[in-house]
Amino acid sequence: MKKDDLLAVVTLNKEAVGGDIPIFFASTQEEQAAVAATLSQVLKAMVHDIGNGVYIIVRH
Amino acid sequence: MDNYGMTIGLGILMGTLARAYMLRSDYRQYPGYPHGFVTHMSLGFVAAALGSVALPSIAEKEFTAVTFLALAAQQFREVRNMERESLAALEEAELVPRGLDYIEGIARVFEARNYLVIVTALATSSANYFTRWPLFSLAVGFLVIAGTSRLMRGKVIGNIAVVKRGDLQFVGPLLKVNEIEMMNVGMPKMREKILRDGLGVVIHPKDDNARATLSNMGQRQAIAHVATAILGTKKDIDTPEFTPMVRKNVDIGSIALFCVPAEKDIKSLVAAVERAPVLESASRAPLKTKAGRIAAD
Repeated sequence: MKKDDLLAVVTLNKEAVGGDIPIFFASTQEEQAAVAATLSQVLKAMVHDIGNGVYIIVRH
Repeated sequence: MDNYGMTIGLGILMGTLARAYMLRSDYRQYPGYPHGFVTHMSLGFVAAALGSVALPSIAEKEFTAVTFLALAAQQFREVRNMERESLAALEEAELVPRGLDYIEGIARVFEARNYLVIVTALATSSANYFTRWPLFSLAVGFLVIAGTSRLMRGKVIGNIAVVKRGDLQFVGPLLKVNEIEMMNVGMPKMREKILRDGLGVVIHPKDDNARATLSNMGQRQAIAHVATAILGTKKDIDTPEFTPMVRKNVDIGSIALFCVPAEKDIKSLVAAVERAPVLESASRAPLKTKAGRIAAD
């Protein structure tokens, strides 16, 4: 099995995230989706919705 | 020596024909490159020559000649390595890889085919040596070709499981095929696109052996690869959301395939999955053991 990498986080909720990975803050859902889409294309990785207003970008 | 001419000649002819016939049935195993064709035909010719001289050399009391067969075995193992390495090197460029199990299976088939050529050549030349009847030995050669190709056909998914259409749905971000969870898709746009263009099938194993076989990750990857090879995929390097996925229902062992094909045609997808090969390395048979049969009821 290959290792999956968590590359970045895009969040609406500043309290929900922290740590030493790249974090992108967005103020609206549209902005969040746009940022996540760009990041996933650039990083060739997949966007997952954790459910609490946080998107994670993971390369599988 | 010249009374062996017909014996050896017929052996080589039938052996080479056997190899050509097996190349013909190659389409799914391997794209038919002209150069690959030449490589395998030449090796098939060598194998046929080896097989057809075996009996005459024994008849001439040249027993050492038989040791060449051992050399040949070594040589054909090399063929297996060659196929394995070249396919593994090409994996990088595949959007949906074959998977190591499938590659191993293909490599093994290429090796085994050369042995089948030797057997065919040996059978043909022996028949001619003993009967001195060329037409009869040709018939023996064709029989052996027919018999081996039948034996070597191998099973397909359609033999061990029932493939049915499955329905895609999202529960929140979670993509499901019927009741089987596939993956978490974050982007709302991608979810819409998947619902519009994606297809799903569910593969129900017919018995416990099939269930164990379908659980194998290599087998599942092979199914995904075959489906993609036949229907195409909308996946690109920057859209991992469209990666074909094969996941199992942990409770009953059925398998779901999700893909976003270039050609959205559920009948074609079901047919493709039914014809996907059952890999030798993935094949399991717990029902052949006593303990397995106790658990089966």
